Amino acid sequence: MSEMELGPRFPWRRLPALAWKESRTARRRLLLYMSSIALGVAALVAIDSFADNLTKSVREQSRSLLGGDASLNSRAEMSAAADSLIDSLGRSGMTIAKVVQFPSMAAITNTGNTRLVQVRGVTNTYPLYGQVITEPASAFTRIRGEHAAIVDHGLLISLNAKIGDSVSLGYSTFVIAGTLKQVPGDAGFVSIVGPRVFISTQWLDETRLLTFGSRASYQTLLKLPPTIQAVPWAKKNKLTFEKLKLRVRTAAESEANVTEAISTLGDFLGLVGLVALLLGGIGVASGVHAFIRRKQETIAVLRCLGATSGQMLLVYGMQAALMGLAGAAVGAALGVAIQLALPGLVREMLPVDVDVSLSPAAILSGLAVGVWVALSFALRPLVGVRNISPLQVLRTEIDASARIPWYKDWRGLTVTAGIVISVVALAISRANGVRPGLAISAAISFVLLLLLGSASLLMFVARKLLRAGWPYVMRQGVANLYRPANQTRSVVLSLGFGAFLVSTLYLLQTTLLSRFAVDAAASGGNVLFYDVQDDQGVGMDSIIMKSGQKLIQRVPIITMRLSEVKGVPVKVAQAAAEKMKKAPWPYSREYRSTYRDTLMKSETLTAGKWFDKAPAAPAGMSRVSIDESIAEDLLIKVGDVLTWNVQGAMVKTVVASTRKVNFARFEPNFFVVFESSALKDAPKQFAVIANVTGDSAVAALQRDVVRKYPNVSSLDISLITRTITNILDKVSSAIRFMALFALIMGVPVLISAVAATRRERLREGVLLKVLGATRAQIGRIMVSEYSVLGVLGALAGMLLGIVGAWGLAHFQFKVPFVMAWIPALSIAGLLLAITILVGVLTGREVFRETPMAALRES
Amino acid sequence: MSDTGLSSPSRATPMLAVRNLTKEYRSGGDALAVLRNVSFDIAAGETVAIVGPSGSGKTTLLGLLAGLDTPTRGAVLLDGIDLGPLDEDARARLRGDRVGFVFQSFQLVPTLTALENVAVPLELRGIRDSGARARDLLERVGLGSRTHHFPTQLSGGEQQRVAIARAFVNRPRVLFADEPTGNLDGATGEKIVGLLEQLNREDGTTVVLVTHDQQLARRLGRSIRLADGVVIEDTGAVERVVSEAVA
Repeated sequence: MSEMELGPRFPWRRLPALAWKESRTARRRLLLYMSSIALGVAALVAIDSFADNLTKSVREQSRSLLGGDASLNSRAEMSAAADSLIDSLGRSGMTIAKVVQFPSMAAITNTGNTRLVQVRGVTNTYPLYGQVITEPASAFTRIRGEHAAIVDHGLLISLNAKIGDSVSLGYSTFVIAGTLKQVPGDAGFVSIVGPRVFISTQWLDETRLLTFGSRASYQTLLKLPPTIQAVPWAKKNKLTFEKLKLRVRTAAESEANVTEAISTLGDFLGLVGLVALLLGGIGVASGVHAFIRRKQETIAVLRCLGATSGQMLLVYGMQAALMGLAGAAVGAALGVAIQLALPGLVREMLPVDVDVSLSPAAILSGLAVGVWVALSFALRPLVGVRNISPLQVLRTEIDASARIPWYKDWRGLTVTAGIVISVVALAISRANGVRPGLAISAAISFVLLLLLGSASLLMFVARKLLRAGWPYVMRQGVANLYRPANQTRSVVLSLGFGAFLVSTLYLLQTTLLSRFAVDAAASGGNVLFYDVQDDQGVGMDSIIMKSGQKLIQRVPIITMRLSEVKGVPVKVAQAAAEKMKKAPWPYSREYRSTYRDTLMKSETLTAGKWFDKAPAAPAGMSRVSIDESIAEDLLIKVGDVLTWNVQGAMVKTVVASTRKVNFARFEPNFFVVFESSALKDAPKQFAVIANVTGDSAVAALQRDVVRKYPNVSSLDISLITRTITNILDKVSSAIRFMALFALIMGVPVLISAVAATRRERLREGVLLKVLGATRAQIGRIMVSEYSVLGVLGALAGMLLGIVGAWGLAHFQFKVPFVMAWIPALSIAGLLLAITILVGVLTGREVFRETPMAALRES
Repeated sequence: MSDTGLSSPSRATPMLAVRNLTKEYRSGGDALAVLRNVSFDIAAGETVAIVGPSGSGKTTLLGLLAGLDTPTRGAVLLDGIDLGPLDEDARARLRGDRVGFVFQSFQLVPTLTALENVAVPLELRGIRDSGARARDLLERVGLGSRTHHFPTQLSGGEQQRVAIARAFVNRPRVLFADEPTGNLDGATGEKIVGLLEQLNREDGTTVVLVTHDQQLARRLGRSIRLADGVVIEDTGAVERVVSEAVA
C-alpha cells in the first residue's frame, strides 16, 4: 500500500502552534514545575557573574592590591646591605615607597583611653598606585610634613575621640588629621582586627616602639620603569634578595593569589549551585511526570485523530523546553539581582572595589545549563508519551508509561544515560577537572542511590509492619506508601536530597566555626600585656598589684631560630624535609620560646617525660619540650638534638618530651619550652596575664600601663571575643543564607514531587468522602502518609548530610568534625513540617470541592 | 439514636422525601436551572428508576438525593433527616451509615485491592473485622477468588461487582446507582441488575437507579421520568392514588 493511500500526515509544521494552544490550561502548572530549576540557575548566574566581576576588578587593580609592581618584604629590620641594595634600586630609576607595620597601644592624650592598633609608617612616596582616600580628603598629605596620623573611624568611636585630638604612640604624640575611607589593597575588615594608624616613617624613631623583639614587618614597594618587566626581573634577582633575607613579590603573584582564592570559593559555591540545579532537575522530572499523566487522555485522543507518537513527544517536548526557558530566564534574572546586591554585602571582605557589570557569558551559560537540565530531566517522563496508546480513549489505565518494564524501555534508558552523562560533564566542567568532577558525580549518585534505597526499604517495611489493629486512617496513610502510584520514591528523593544539602552546609559551618571558638575561661585571665621589656617586668607586676587586680602569670619570651637539626645545618635539613612533603616553615621561622618547670593546663605530654622526671641532659646541653606537630615536621623524636641560635649565642638542646598544645586557649602558648636553667640569662621580653574585673577597670589598667611603659601593648580578651564573633557572624550569615537558599529551592521541587500523584490522591479523597469519610478522617490519612515520608526523607537526608559534612571536614578541610545535633534535628523537623504542609496544601481541593463536582470531573 | 448520632425516623416516614427541589448553576451572569421544583416521596424497600434523556437532570437529582451536592432551593429528607442544615461532614457520616453507591464508571479507589475497596465504608466507621464482611460480600458477588486484585486487574463487569459489594457492605437503607450497566455489555449488565435485585430482596434496601435503559427501568417497581429539569411522569404517584382510593 502506498503512503498516499494512508491519507495525509498530520503536518509537522503545525506542531508548534498545536503545542502552544494545547498548553493553554497547563502553562501555570508547567511553569511551577520548571521553577524548580530557577533558583539553581539563579545561584549559578549570581556566582559566576560575581566571580567574573571580581576577577576583572582584581586584574584592573592588581598593582594597587600589592601597592607597587613588586615588593621586597622582611620580618626583621632591613640589614645595612639590604638598605644599600634598595638605595641602588632607587638610583637606577625605580620609585620606592616603604611601609613599616607593627602593633602598638594608642592612647588618646586628653582622656587616656587606649586600644591596640596596627601602626603603619609610610614614606612620602606611598602609595605608588591607587590612592588613600580619607575624610577630610586632603588629610593624607598632612602626615608627610606634620606630626599627624590618619586613623580608622572605628578607633575614634571606641576611644571616644574626634579629629583634631592627639593620640600617643609609644613616646611620641600625633594630631589626628582624618579618618581612612579606603586604602589600596586592604580589605575593609582588616580594621576590625586592629584599627590602622598611618604616620610618616620619619617619626618612627621618636616613638621608640621598634625596640628589641618588637614584631614589625618591613615592606619596600617598587614602581619599575616601563622597560623592566616585574616577573622576569623578580625571578632573575630572587637569589640576591634571599641572601639579604628579603622576600620578593610581584603584582602578578598577588593577583594570582587573590584570583585563586576567588576561584576556589567560586568553584565551591558553583558546585552548591550545580547540586541545587540537579535537585531542581529531579523536581522537573516529577512535575512533568504528573503533567503527562494528566495529559494521557488528550494524547490518546490526538493519537486517535492521526498524530504519531513522535509528534506527540515533540509537542510536549516543545512545551517543556519553552517553560524550561522561562524558568531558567526567571532564575537568570534573579541571579543578576543577587549579583548586584552581593558587592554591598561582602564589600568588607574584599581587597578590591568590585565594579559590577553584567556578565553575558555567565548569564548565557546559566540559561543554557538551566534549559538543558530542565529539558533532559523533563525528557525522562516525556518518553513515556510514546507509550500512550490511542486505545486509552476507550480504556484508561493509571500509568500507561509503566507498562513496559524499565530494562526493556530502551528509550527511557537512553535518556537516563544522557542525563547521567550531562551531569558528569557539568560536574567536570564546574569542578575544573576530571577527577574531582567524577568524584562529585560519584558522591551525588551515591546519595541518590542511598535515598532511593531507603525509599524502597520504607515501602518494604511499611508493607510488613502494617497491622490490622491500627486505626483505619493511619493504616490507609501508611499503606499509601507502597500502593500502586505511590509517591514514596519521588518525595523521599527530593526531600532527602534537600535535607542532605542543607544539613551538609549547616554542619560544615558549625565544624569550621568551632575552630575559632576562644577558650577564654581556662587561664583565668582576661587581659594580656606583651612586649614587656626585661627591665619592665617587676614594674608591671607592681602596677597590676597597685590597681587591686590579680596578676595571673608573667611569662618570659625569648626569640630564637633553629641552627641545626640532629647535627645537620637547618638549610640542609629543610631541603631534605621539603622533598618528603613536610612544611618548610618550622625550619625557617622565628621561634618565640619560654622556659618553665611546670606543664600548663593547655598542654598534654604525648611522648617522653616532663623535666622533673626526664633523664638529665648530656653535659653542655639543656632539655626542651616540643609541640608534637612541629616535631613531626622537623622529623625529630625524644632524645634528638636541636641547636638554637638565641640572638647570636648557640644553645644545644636535647628533646625531653613532645606535647599537644591547645592553642585556642587564651594564654601564651609555645611550640618550644626550655627548662628554666637554660635561658634565665638570655635577653628576653615578658607577656603578662592579669584578671581584671569590669570594662572600666580594664581601660584604667591599660591607661596606667601605657602611661608608664608606652611600648607595652595589651589585649582585652572580651574585645577579641567580640571581634572574632563579629567576623564569624558574617561568615555564618553567608552560609546560613546559602542553606536557606537551598531550603527555599527545595519547596518547588517538593511540590512537583507531590504533584506527581496529586490526581490519584484527590480522586481517592473524593471517593472516600462519597463513602462517608469526614474531612478530619481524610486530613488524618494525609498527615500520616506525609509524616512518614517526611520523617524518612528528612532523617535520611540528615544522616547523609552528617556523612557529607564529616567527609568534607576530614578530607577537604582537614579539621575535626563537630556534630551539632540540635540544629541538625531542627532542620529535619522543619523539613518534616514543610512536607506535611506541602502535602496537605496540594491536596486541599479534596476539602473544598463537593463530591458531586469531583465525580462529574472524573 | 443511631451510631452516627443522628436520630432514627419512625417506620411511617418515607425513606426519601423530596420537596420543591431546585438546582441552578451560574453560567456567566445567568442562572441555569437544571432541576425545577421537583417533589416526590420514595418509601422504604421501593425500587425506583429515574429516567429521562441526556441533560434532563437525572444525575444532578441523584447527587442531591444522596447529599453529594447542595440544592439551590427545596429540601431532601433521607430516612426522615433533612439534609439541608447538615454540613459536609455530617452528610458524609449519614452516607457512611445509610447510603450505598454504584456508579457507571465504577469509581473504585485505584490504589486499593478489591477487598480493601469493599471494606472502606466499614473502616471509615471504625468497625473492626471489616475484612470478614467484605470477603463475604465479594463471595456473594462471585469474586471470592479476586480479593487481592487491584481495579486495573479486573474487567469492567468485575469492577462493577466490586462496586456493588462495596455499596452493600454497610447494609445501607438506600442504594443509589448511576447508570450501573452503562459501561457493560448486555449479558454482564443483566447479571449486575440481577445482583442488585437479589441484594434488595435479601436486605430490604431501597434502590434508586438512574438509567437510560427502558428495559431496565421497567424491571423496577416505579419510574420517575424527568425532562428539562421537571418530573413529567411518576408511575408511583398513580399507584399511590389507586391504593389510597382502594383503602
